[in-house]
Amino acid sequence: MLELIFFNITNGLIVGAFYALMAIGLSLILNLSGVINFAHGGFLVIGGYLAYVLTPYIGFWGALIVSPFLTAIIGVAVEWLLIRRLYGRDPLYSLLLTFGLAFIIEDGTRQIWGANGLPVSVPPALMSALSSRFFFITGYRMFMVATVAIVVVLLFVLLRHTRVGVRIRAGTLDLETVAALGINVRALRSFNFAVGIFLAGLAGVLAGGQLGLEPTMGDGLLMPSFIAIIVGGVGSLTGTLVGGLLIGVAAGLTAVVFPSASDAVMYVIMAIVLLVRPRGLFGEEGMLT
Amino acid sequence: MTADQRKHLAVLAAIWAALLFAPYWMPFFGGYTALGSRVLVLGLGAMSVNFLLGFTGVLSFGHAAWFGLGAYACGLTLKHIALSTPLGLLAGTLVGGVAGALLGALLVRRRGIYFAMVTIAFGQVFYYIAFQWLSLTGGDDGLRGFARQPLDFGLFQIDLLHNDIYFYYFVLFCFAVAVGLMAFILGSPFGRTMIAIRENERRARFLGIPVELHIWIAFALSCFFMAFAGSLYALVNNFADPRMLHYSLSGDFVIMAVMGGMRTFWGPLLGAIVFVVLQDYISSVTVNWMSFIGLLIVLIVLFFPRGFLGMLRPRRTA
Amino acid sequence: MSKKRQSLATLDRRTFVKAGGVAALSQVAAPFIISARGETALKIGVDEPLTGTYAAPGKNEVLGCQLAVDELNAKNGILGRKVEMLTEDSTSGDAGTAVQKARKLIERDNVNLLVGNVNSALSQAMAQVSNEKGIMHIVPGGHTDPITGADCKWNVFRVCNTTRMEANAVCGLLFKTYGKKWHFITPDYAFGHTLYQGCEADLKKLGGTVTGNELTPLGTTDFSAYLIKARAANPDVLVVLVQGNDMVNCLKQISQFGIDKQIHVAGTQQELESVEAMPPEARVGVWMFEWYWKQASGTPGLDAFIATVRKHTGGKVPTARNWFGYVTVHAYALACEKAKSIEGKAVAKALGGLELPPEVKLQPNKVYFRGGDHQLMLSAFIGELLQKGDGDPENLFKVNSIVSGDSIAPTVEETGCKMQMPA
Repeated sequence: MLELIFFNITNGLIVGAFYALMAIGLSLILNLSGVINFAHGGFLVIGGYLAYVLTPYIGFWGALIVSPFLTAIIGVAVEWLLIRRLYGRDPLYSLLLTFGLAFIIEDGTRQIWGANGLPVSVPPALMSALSSRFFFITGYRMFMVATVAIVVVLLFVLLRHTRVGVRIRAGTLDLETVAALGINVRALRSFNFAVGIFLAGLAGVLAGGQLGLEPTMGDGLLMPSFIAIIVGGVGSLTGTLVGGLLIGVAAGLTAVVFPSASDAVMYVIMAIVLLVRPRGLFGEEGMLT
Repeated sequence: MTADQRKHLAVLAAIWAALLFAPYWMPFFGGYTALGSRVLVLGLGAMSVNFLLGFTGVLSFGHAAWFGLGAYACGLTLKHIALSTPLGLLAGTLVGGVAGALLGALLVRRRGIYFAMVTIAFGQVFYYIAFQWLSLTGGDDGLRGFARQPLDFGLFQIDLLHNDIYFYYFVLFCFAVAVGLMAFILGSPFGRTMIAIRENERRARFLGIPVELHIWIAFALSCFFMAFAGSLYALVNNFADPRMLHYSLSGDFVIMAVMGGMRTFWGPLLGAIVFVVLQDYISSVTVNWMSFIGLLIVLIVLFFPRGFLGMLRPRRTA
Repeated sequence: MSKKRQSLATLDRRTFVKAGGVAALSQVAAPFIISARGETALKIGVDEPLTGTYAAPGKNEVLGCQLAVDELNAKNGILGRKVEMLTEDSTSGDAGTAVQKARKLIERDNVNLLVGNVNSALSQAMAQVSNEKGIMHIVPGGHTDPITGADCKWNVFRVCNTTRMEANAVCGLLFKTYGKKWHFITPDYAFGHTLYQGCEADLKKLGGTVTGNELTPLGTTDFSAYLIKARAANPDVLVVLVQGNDMVNCLKQISQFGIDKQIHVAGTQQELESVEAMPPEARVGVWMFEWYWKQASGTPGLDAFIATVRKHTGGKVPTARNWFGYVTVHAYALACEKAKSIEGKAVAKALGGLELPPEVKLQPNKVYFRGGDHQLMLSAFIGELLQKGDGDPENLFKVNSIVSGDSIAPTVEETGCKMQMPA
């Protein structure tokens, strides 16, 4: 039993890391632009399918890098054409817009690549398990966790130690002042949006290798990301990261004792957090309430 | 009577006449009675969402939860407790409404996007409960094994199950009662206060209005209306399934409200008519209906944010 | 591969758009030609998922129906009348929409036959409507037992297997070849539960034991927690009962974890749609198909059927879902001809007990609708998945035996069906 629990905690961390990757992208966009991006799952799907298309030409590793960039470019185009017009309006509108976008992306994916799932092959080096005792820790899953870790570290470096990163953080706290200081808020938001969508695209490539591709695959990943943000506290990326890991581990552990609640447990955690500490684990009082 | 009042009355008369004769004029436009019942029920749902969104300014993106709870409670009552349509409706309304009121108390301090996110997440809790509690709800297979019962007036009975037209009028009657109540509340001093909070929450607070309490009451009332609509929906389908609680349905309701005009009373009904009928038609015409609906949503948000009815009215100076 | 898919997609769309264009025209023109529409064409209303998770099998069943309709119209139609097919998107899980579409087809379009659905839950919701309206209804691909069991209805027939038949088809062979300690991975909804109960009963009868049953929520993407438990229980066979995308994910993880090297992997229902979505290394184990395209040469009508499907799908082979749709429409046509009527009760009576002719059944065994519960007695194709196509790159399943339907079906009494014809 003890071994089972240890296995599932490890396993939960792997799953949680993936939730966190998606949630951080969502959180970035939410914090600076006040947009609840319902199409985030859609951008994940785009990232996955673009990698599928690119892999025959540039290989898995090439696709892993290029596909998120292409996804981010699509994201920026969408931001320029559509979402930018809604800044400053009631957040309701951007929420609805992305809700509609999610429809279009799902339908478009099905139109282009078909309704049936597509298999994705990962490099053979990543396919097998590390050892027969830790059979569930495959090379690919380790690779996923490592990728998430590297990306998160890079992101935090970006936000703390570069000029644009500091501006993004400042804008999250007080956009008006940032604008008053003469910083180009429009460009800042576009860049921030691009980073968020890049993370969604990357999550899509990683998910494709793990799960295969399917037009509705983003749906199931959107809600855990939401909850990671609420649990961690809106406005805090550290919180989002911790929130993602936390619900991953909780779901993994629940699957041992009471599988049919393994989806629901993350909502229970959220409810408890909201009751005990309404601003979330790392959220600051007054942030976006 | 002023010209404005006269115009208002004429519009009201036209709306009710159109609804009253719907079973007779719809077939000429390719409609069918069951579609009419569905539009009314979803329209009532959209109006309930708008009761909160349009008149208090609070965006709930998880209202389908109360809709679905009402549907399940109504279905379960008909299946296990009593073979009575009115009792089913009553049970559905109470269960969904009370659940909404209780959770609403947790939420009232949140605002804006945070409120929206938390309502989405709470809505999904109920979705998962319905999805996983197989012995009670039937899980993904849905709740079956109940049907709307004839209305028994002692002297005579009205068969709601086999006669679509009778059922349509039953739904219309329920719709009229709910909408009448809604209009009454909005016209009352409480309703005026709701609008005052929407227009300027801080000012309302300074005037000594207990804002949280008002928002909570408005939220709870809208949950009761929503649960009533959900109970009716269970009767429309003789079926309840977890999708009725899913956030995508919540999204549909908000779309309907925005599309019709969320600052207006009748807008959400118009939005529901356009949305449901359009979806019904487009999905028969092309398998890519989702793109069209998505595009419609995008266009509405970008170009007609005040909705169909909102466009007809001059912009009020704030 | 991707090129083939592309052409399938465009072809599909073209057919749908064409059908849709006609529908749109008739709607716009409805007030003017309402009398001219008359009763000339016989209408089949197909209410199947074209969007969402079940879109792939849904579209394949629609294609099967379409092929049968084309064949009928090329000859004499049904009772000399042209056949018109109307297709609606039921969505993959929204019963409200599925029921609404069923009502639309029945009330407004006056269809003579309702067809659907891939999803068992939607099938049952639709059956309530068709029964209320007294319209013939054939379920091509929804598997839960009650449809032709406890909830059977005089107007509802089913083409695909029941879960109990699937369990019975595979369990004996698994027990004999792989061993007697089984561990299950079961989807946590009605379909999974009945399937598990069937397998468990069969296993107990054979003298085996269940080491555990992992109930996994529908839509599970990560099976590692369950696989960790399953492996710890050390069974002889790991029986995978989950379906669709869940099965693809589960089998992928089984092969990544190397579990298939240590424990025998098997399952009941397997489909070509799912196999195509799996990477080669995940195609492992013993399974049953409800119909499979690669059969002994000389099976009447088979080559022609394969050729027609290939023509419509840009070269892909037919799946069981194609065959379900094809059988659905042909069986209805045969019943109408036999009854010399399209009146619901007469057709229902004719379809009960109807045996499918060789050019429709497309397989060696006898295939017929049982009168007592309206369940089609179709064969089970039992065999093993192949990682590489055998002889043909698309032949991904090696059929070991074709077991006739009546040998695996429970008796009508056991199904719990009490068929009552209306007065």
